Amino acid sequence: MSDERNDILSDEVRELRDGQTWPGGRDNTANLIGEKRELSETMSDADAKRAMSRRSRRGFIVGGAAALIGIFGWRWMSDETKYRLLRGTFEFNELVSQSLYSPKRLAPEFPPSRITPERVNGDVGLISEFDAANWRLRVGGLYGTPSEIELTLDDIRKLPRTEMTTELKCIEGWSIIVKWTGVRFSDFVAKYRPIGGYSYTTHANRQDQPPYVALTTPDEQYYVGWDIESMLHPQTLLAYEMNGAPLTLEHGAPLRLASPLKYGIKQIKRIGRIEFTNERPRDFWGEQGYDWYSGH
Amino acid sequence: MAKQLEKKHPLAIRWLHWVNFPLLAMMIWSGLLIYWANAVYSIRLFGAELFHFFPAGFYEFLGIPYRLAEGLQLHFFFMWLFVGNGFIYILYALVSGEWRALVPLPSSFKRAGRVALHDAHVVKELPPQGKYNDAQRIAYTSVILMGIGSTVTGLAIYKPTQLGWLTSLLGGYEWARWEHFWLMVLFVAFFVVHVIQVAIAGWANFRSMITGYGVTDAKKEAPPAVPGAEGDLA
Repeated sequence: MSDERNDILSDEVRELRDGQTWPGGRDNTANLIGEKRELSETMSDADAKRAMSRRSRRGFIVGGAAALIGIFGWRWMSDETKYRLLRGTFEFNELVSQSLYSPKRLAPEFPPSRITPERVNGDVGLISEFDAANWRLRVGGLYGTPSEIELTLDDIRKLPRTEMTTELKCIEGWSIIVKWTGVRFSDFVAKYRPIGGYSYTTHANRQDQPPYVALTTPDEQYYVGWDIESMLHPQTLLAYEMNGAPLTLEHGAPLRLASPLKYGIKQIKRIGRIEFTNERPRDFWGEQGYDWYSGH
Repeated sequence: MAKQLEKKHPLAIRWLHWVNFPLLAMMIWSGLLIYWANAVYSIRLFGAELFHFFPAGFYEFLGIPYRLAEGLQLHFFFMWLFVGNGFIYILYALVSGEWRALVPLPSSFKRAGRVALHDAHVVKELPPQGKYNDAQRIAYTSVILMGIGSTVTGLAIYKPTQLGWLTSLLGGYEWARWEHFWLMVLFVAFFVVHVIQVAIAGWANFRSMITGYGVTDAKKEAPPAVPGAEGDLA
């Protein structure tokens, strides 16, 4: 057989018009379902071998090259490039989330009977000596003068009280159901207005408002950054009670953030300072390679 | 004896199949980096723990501990490629008609039983088949459904507030994580059986997933020959 004929045969296996059924008649699923069968013309054993080895060579060379490019491409990519790519994906994923999702959607709430045993995790920012009696919440980035004020826990307790029983999800993979009591951050903002003077009441004036909130512990060892949309969500609380009792120190007394919208790493304990800001705040775990948003 | 070349796997299916291999591997690997941080699942019988996922030696051998952040980064990067590849595969199978080679019929389960008896050397003959036998049809359709299942349970864990309805549908956040984990175990089980079957089926069968073609014996006057042994498995 000439090489030319060989090429035609192997490159374009012709579909035969007759006898295209599979063996076994109606005892074969392929026949019942109408599966296509494609066979070449009959050829000698030697021609078939030749045709197949030519195809094999091509297939293995292309496949092998693709595999090598994949493996070594990934291996040779510098850690820095890889890190940028992966961090960029976090940002991209957040963009996708924000374009698909509604910031108003509520996380599920549970009856108090579903409350699970408490769990303590993380003590960064809680190790330093702490005088709870003299604690003040410092708030910065405010409208008017002074732009920075100090509040007592009583000042915060005077704001509308909100309770919610929600699921706290740790980025490690476990979750607990907790009843939180505190002040909605949106209620807090209604009283303590940020730069610009509005309380984010309409979308029209959002662009003139600081888009971020920075929260830090009194010793500034732990710090988180939040996007304003998540902070203003009705289920984001400045919490002072947990499961019906005042917060203990290990859970973040006197005041912590509680929200089912983000992982526990974002729900800072023992808040010392809150600041409205135009710059995206640094974030303790965000600096350790975790998603800055870490949103649900 | 005269031969015929038989077209087995379209180019697109071959590429999608092989590309899926490293993608699934990366999803499982990064999933293990994540799972380590809260490794709570085990196989239990009457309250006794038979096997814990996973023994400490397993983690140390693979260098898994304390790589949660890296695991999350990889998982949420490769998820796009894994889901994209799977989506194109399903789309291609539907449009090209390749699904007819993959999908089982209700009667397939009976024939799949005969395939199992054959593989266990109880009966000699394989039931008649197309490109794949009926056990393969069930396995390959299941693994596609598992891919969809992993995507859905993964989304329920990833966005349990925005997709709260989905998370509730799956039994809540904790159950969704459990389901996501066990689907991974099923993928690994599928992979092990798949590789063993390919090894048993032999070189010609393996080669057909790379070249797209197989060789069958031609019979005079009756062109569509009984598929050779190479068409039996995997």
